[in-house]
Amino acid sequence: MDIFSITLVSSLVILLVFLATTDKGRRGLQLALRSLWLHKLRSFLSMLGIIIGTSAVIILMAFGEGSERDVLEDIKRLGTTNIIIRSVKPTDDANTNRRQMVATYGLTYQDLEILKTIPSITRLVPMRIFPQETRRGARAHNSRVVATVPRYAEVNELTLLDGRFIVEEDDERMNNVCVLGLETAKTLFPFEEALGSSVKLGEFVYVVVGLLAERMPTGGTGGSQAAEDFNQDIYIPLQTARGRFGERITMRAAGSRSAEKVDMHQITVTIEDVDKVRPTGEIVRAILSDPERHPRQDWALTVPLDRLELVERTKANIRQSLGIYASISLLVGGIGIMNVMLATVTERTREVGIRRALGARRSDITFQFLIETMVQTGIGGLLGVGFGVSYVFAHAALKALPMAAMLFQDGSPSPILHLPSITWSLSTAVGVGVIFGIYPALRAAYMDPIEALRHV
Amino acid sequence: MPEVLRIENLHKRYSVESTAVHALKGVNLVVHQGDFVALMGPSGSGKSTLLNVLGCLDRPTEGSYHLGGEDVSKMTDDQLSSIRSRYLGFIFQQYNLLPQYTVVENIEIPLIYQGVRLNADSRDRCIGLAELVGLGQRLDHRPMQLSGGQQQRVAIARSLVNRPQLILADEPTGNLDTKTSHEIMVMLSRLNASGKTIVMVTHENDIASWSRRIVRMRDGEVESDLPNTPEPIDFSGPPLPMHLLEEAA
Repeated sequence: MDIFSITLVSSLVILLVFLATTDKGRRGLQLALRSLWLHKLRSFLSMLGIIIGTSAVIILMAFGEGSERDVLEDIKRLGTTNIIIRSVKPTDDANTNRRQMVATYGLTYQDLEILKTIPSITRLVPMRIFPQETRRGARAHNSRVVATVPRYAEVNELTLLDGRFIVEEDDERMNNVCVLGLETAKTLFPFEEALGSSVKLGEFVYVVVGLLAERMPTGGTGGSQAAEDFNQDIYIPLQTARGRFGERITMRAAGSRSAEKVDMHQITVTIEDVDKVRPTGEIVRAILSDPERHPRQDWALTVPLDRLELVERTKANIRQSLGIYASISLLVGGIGIMNVMLATVTERTREVGIRRALGARRSDITFQFLIETMVQTGIGGLLGVGFGVSYVFAHAALKALPMAAMLFQDGSPSPILHLPSITWSLSTAVGVGVIFGIYPALRAAYMDPIEALRHV
Repeated sequence: MPEVLRIENLHKRYSVESTAVHALKGVNLVVHQGDFVALMGPSGSGKSTLLNVLGCLDRPTEGSYHLGGEDVSKMTDDQLSSIRSRYLGFIFQQYNLLPQYTVVENIEIPLIYQGVRLNADSRDRCIGLAELVGLGQRLDHRPMQLSGGQQQRVAIARSLVNRPQLILADEPTGNLDTKTSHEIMVMLSRLNASGKTIVMVTHENDIASWSRRIVRMRDGEVESDLPNTPEPIDFSGPPLPMHLLEEAA
């Protein structure tokens, strides 16, 4: 908690203690609650602004927290010390009519060799990724073939259900082995043991040596980084893929056929230190931007760490706009309360006169009406907090309702309760009571007692 | 008997819609302890203004006002509030109870502003006063549930709770029927007989006849100031519980 909220909370506590321990305070509190209860609808309507303001703050902060957590988890999955370089198929040049039968683009083995010379890079994991039908007897699965090296498992922190991942020996000897993603395994081997069985990929048969546990997809929010579903994967050694499929890969889909020649679809680069991630990213970008090497923009660079900065910025933006919304709604709420309090003061002019005659000082009257406003805004704030917090907890259930799909986007973040926002909004609500209650209270206190007593 | 209040050459001027009004033009009045003064006069005679000054709700423009030995004519608003809560008890024509409060809570109000801690003792005292005015069975009623006479009796109990030196009554029977008026006047007379000083504004002769002294006002000046012998009252019944009315010696 920051100093601001500590101050707010402690002044609230002092106020409450004072209210509870002095007769004037207790009486004022009692009277405030009674007159609230006497005019239930009026009080509720006047509190509505405060209720909406506080609950909006709680809910929006919770969504902010939720999206932050989502992004952070995503970054963690991608690896904070990683840089991901991917091959991107460039759009066809509109000026030339010549259309290549085989699309040639992307990262090359030369690139890989150059990247290996950067000292801050501790690990390079090249990958070839292409769709291919996997068969097991009569069963077929449209898998995503990921041809890679053993270190892929470290970079992505894979969890194996059974067996092992690809090892160096597989790669060197171009062994026909594969590791299956969860969905791939389920589709191909619904009833039998997958491990040790064989599947057919292209023209060759591969032995299943490992099975992966379920893997969370990475979010598609990071610019060029598309959402990936890893559970449909089949992993084979990189050298095996080179040997069996060659440099050119033909992809068949219903009624169409396309071929491409891509050395590597992705290189995941691990940097030795978090601090060096960004500079290294810049170096890699500079190397790949060389027009001799890549005349067309056929690659994309993702630095997951960059998204951290984005998250921070987004969070600051959320805070700022939240501050504006909250101030507007609390201002409106405060004006509503002030309006009602002015009416109440007029209505209770005679009461003011009576109290003054019976010995109440101006400060007693000010205090009494001020308590009343603070109790109103405080209760409004509590109701708002209650509503906001229950929404945060009910969100999952609401999202499951049939109509909810219209309201919530798929993959929108789930709210997480942001505890400081409760103290902020509650104390701000009471503060609004003080600010907007002071004028009506002073107006009551500075009435002429004789006039007030004569008031009908 | 010692003086409760002394007013010397009191003037009050104010302006209503830029018309200067000279409401009190050099009033002199001394009230001794145990007096029961009826303040009479036609409307506009200045009796209400005088009562407001006596009640420390208004400050005189000129002249001096001593209440219980203190000069209150130059006091600040807060000091006047304190004087009201310590020295004065108010009874109004409109009863002026707070509708949100019960009988006992209404009686308690002056104690709150006196800064007295509310506890079992103070509550017993309020209940005792409610019993004194005959409302022992209605302690938790709200003013709306009481008749006019009962409300005025709560107001009397409230005016006694701070053991005031002076009770100011502004047309205490103005809203009541003859029978209830009689009950209220008997109660005030009994309080006076037990030593309470009362200044009462009225315009009814038969109400004024309960007092021991009748001050008539006209055009902001005292027209006459005559002693009065009230009809003897039947004081049968239990004696008033003096510990509720007087400071403990």
